[in-house]
Amino acid sequence: MIHDQANYERDGEDVREPLLSEKGQATVDVREDSPLPDDLTREELTLPNPSEPETARHYTRLSQMNWAIDAGPYPLGSCTMKYNPKFTEDVAADPNAAVHPDRSARSAQGNLELQYRLQEALADIGGMDAVTLQPPAGAAGELTGILVTKAYHEHHGNDRSEVVIPASAHGTNFATAATAGYEVVELPSGEDGRVDLEALEAAVGDDTAALMLTNPNTVGLFERDITEIAEIVHDAGGLLYYDGANLNALLGRGRPGDMGFDVMHYNVHKTFATPHGGGGPGAGPVGVVDELAPFLPTPRVREAETGPGYERFEPDRTIGRVHGFAGNWLVLIKAYAYVARLGDEGLADAAAKAVLNANYLAERIDLDVPFGPFHHEFAATAGDRDAADVAKRMLDFGVHPPTTKWPEMVPEAMLTEPTEIEGQSSLDDLAEAFNLAYADTGEALDAAPNRTAAARIDQVGAARDPRLSWQALDGE
Amino acid sequence: MSRANGTPYAPHTDEETAAMLAAIGVEDEEALFDIPDPVAFDGDFGIEPRTEREIRDECARIFARNDDLTEFLGRGHYGHYVPSVVDHLADRAEFLTSYTQYQPEVSQGFLQALFEYQSMLVELTGLDVANCSMYDAATALGEAATLADRVRSTSGDVVLVPEQLREGKRAVLENYCDGADMTVETYPMADGTADVDALADRAGDDVVMLYAESPTVRGCLEERLAAIGDLADETGALFALGSDVVALSVLESPASVGADVVVGEAGSLGLPTSYGMGLGIFACRDDFLRQVPGRLVGASEDANGDRAYTLTLQTREQHIRKERATSNICTNQAWVALRAAIHAATLGPDGLVDLANDCVRDAEALAARIEGLSGATAPVHDRHHFREFVVHVDQPAPAVAEDLEAEGFAVHAIDDHLLQVCVTDLNAERTDGLVAAFEEVL
Repeated sequence: MIHDQANYERDGEDVREPLLSEKGQATVDVREDSPLPDDLTREELTLPNPSEPETARHYTRLSQMNWAIDAGPYPLGSCTMKYNPKFTEDVAADPNAAVHPDRSARSAQGNLELQYRLQEALADIGGMDAVTLQPPAGAAGELTGILVTKAYHEHHGNDRSEVVIPASAHGTNFATAATAGYEVVELPSGEDGRVDLEALEAAVGDDTAALMLTNPNTVGLFERDITEIAEIVHDAGGLLYYDGANLNALLGRGRPGDMGFDVMHYNVHKTFATPHGGGGPGAGPVGVVDELAPFLPTPRVREAETGPGYERFEPDRTIGRVHGFAGNWLVLIKAYAYVARLGDEGLADAAAKAVLNANYLAERIDLDVPFGPFHHEFAATAGDRDAADVAKRMLDFGVHPPTTKWPEMVPEAMLTEPTEIEGQSSLDDLAEAFNLAYADTGEALDAAPNRTAAARIDQVGAARDPRLSWQALDGE
Repeated sequence: MSRANGTPYAPHTDEETAAMLAAIGVEDEEALFDIPDPVAFDGDFGIEPRTEREIRDECARIFARNDDLTEFLGRGHYGHYVPSVVDHLADRAEFLTSYTQYQPEVSQGFLQALFEYQSMLVELTGLDVANCSMYDAATALGEAATLADRVRSTSGDVVLVPEQLREGKRAVLENYCDGADMTVETYPMADGTADVDALADRAGDDVVMLYAESPTVRGCLEERLAAIGDLADETGALFALGSDVVALSVLESPASVGADVVVGEAGSLGLPTSYGMGLGIFACRDDFLRQVPGRLVGASEDANGDRAYTLTLQTREQHIRKERATSNICTNQAWVALRAAIHAATLGPDGLVDLANDCVRDAEALAARIEGLSGATAPVHDRHHFREFVVHVDQPAPAVAEDLEAEGFAVHAIDDHLLQVCVTDLNAERTDGLVAAFEEVL
């Protein structure tokens, strides 16, 4: 038997790393040794039973079939895949931080202090007055912010039914507004890729609860008219929501609070370099201006009103909760450590280098970039090629491709965000991968990728005939 | 080569920065920013940069301000011993520093791990489909309610939940229900579990989802789940069952009692006690496949005909379907799911069942010892318990909890004269101390 990175050859047949279930399962008679009566228990349980060495080898082999920021560039637009400093893992692994959420405030002063310090740092960075750390992800932060918005309007006796969202916004904005029970009013992009003030004037009105805006937007453009935008929304009685996905571009140079935003979320797994872990966990703290602070989720943390230390308190008109406990605590610790490591200069430099890198990379690639001046990310167009095919071909050149076919205002978009962590030579390599893939003809593109653990995967088939567990594979 | 003061995580030397600026054709980095002056910021947050070592010391000092208590705390967040192999494998950078698997050809490892996690939950719930994570049990319950709203076979708008439910869980549920114009109402409990007769009186076509838990927030095992399932079936309500990944390894299969959806906590495997950070379970019947919230990993084939894995049925999700998506979730708890799967694999079915049986036996044994103390009665509810149980104390419970804390033990005070105590493999060897402390303070 031989194997390469992805495949074993066994009896002349290629097989991938087997499933745990294929390596061997055991069935336990649950009732045999149960302290519970039979009618409360299942008869048996069948699960894999690998030994520890087999477990280690299985997951190590799986890890070898997985791209990661530590393996190379990961320039997914709007995802801000930056290096995750190792020491933050050690800070978060402190056993003293591993306490139960129902501890009394008195006995968990350390956790409360760190929560308070992070709240303060985030408030400063966003130009906000109050911050909650409870939302466990960016989309959960959005929902929190929109629920706060809703509660605010209801408190003031305003029944507003619509949330206005630019067409180029992240899908989560639309889904969040709908989850909170709002109608979505989609704002078409202006010709320059930004918000069109006339279209905005036409879209907002007495029914407008909020405008959700990403700034710089999803093709990296700063909304230059942000002051006018804020005025239009506020004059209509609406609130201005800041989607923090692109905050990395602004660090130290602009604060949502100073631009007229009333409520925002931070994606700490983007801007503050906590690891994405294959899709999560992240954390989506929410900042608000004073007027909205009474509506934030409960509990919040503040300096104790009497005596030293910190205490939890319930905001007067709280929306309740958005997570069962205190959010994704281990992630929040890492964010605190990252912010502390960089400080003012480091944060501003992160933004500077992120914007420098995006502009340098765009300069080096043969693809057109229709909209500018962009900041930390740009949307190149693959023109008459299929952006998804170009992306697959890029995999063959040892890089991860950008986000493809989004946002839709750029045809065959390749939304690219190199972040500050790539150096010049790495960006040159990335540019070469772009250019080689873009130069390829139809056939080579169709066949790509062919140097990866798996060749091109049939996604249509996966959806047509969903097999979502090893039980569903039985008999194959 | 030199690097100006700035982020330590950017590789640029000053010379490279200069060369890159020249290639772009600008003087300096500032020229690349298109932020109008009136809204520009001077960069003064007042955050002093610290070295790695300073930050480690600083955070260690901060966390040392947490009292060193032996916790007998549960009520939805549970600590079990997490074997070292879980940390070492999950911390591999290829897992930890990867993103959502939008390019499956270079993400086979994580996709397979998530596929295996989904499969484990299919076995544990008996249901057809499990997604690859929600944030926690509370948000998973909220998502179940919105699913119930979409697949409804009744005209009602009531989500019916047990009156004894963790307050935070209910608060989250209410926020998800609010946007769909559903309301949350409660049904009574009798001695720690559902009052099924009262529930039968209440059930009707105004109920769109019926939720029950086993174990309950008080650690009681629900004894009449099948009857609750029948009630839901008769009235056309969706039956959502809340549980816990360890408990599921021994309890009757949710599918066998008629559960349409299973939600709950899986972070009790893989995660240490972590201030409430969790891993939400979401599993359901095949019928709701296209209404499932969150990400699903499916098996497919690559161009060579080999089995391969990919995110699938993405047209349910926000990045495709926008305001018509089944949920707004994007970033999830994938890495925590990986940890839970590694932990489950390490235990194997024998280890899981042993762990679950200990959760029953240890709770029963500790309750019996507390029952022997004067001034205390335990367990309050005449039920089978899992990990935790309620104690009646003659003295005011908050005062007793405070006194126990002074003795180095944390328990819940849940009512004027009710405490709640949770025992797992992490604190089972400290029960002598807890009992002695009880004797001291009662």
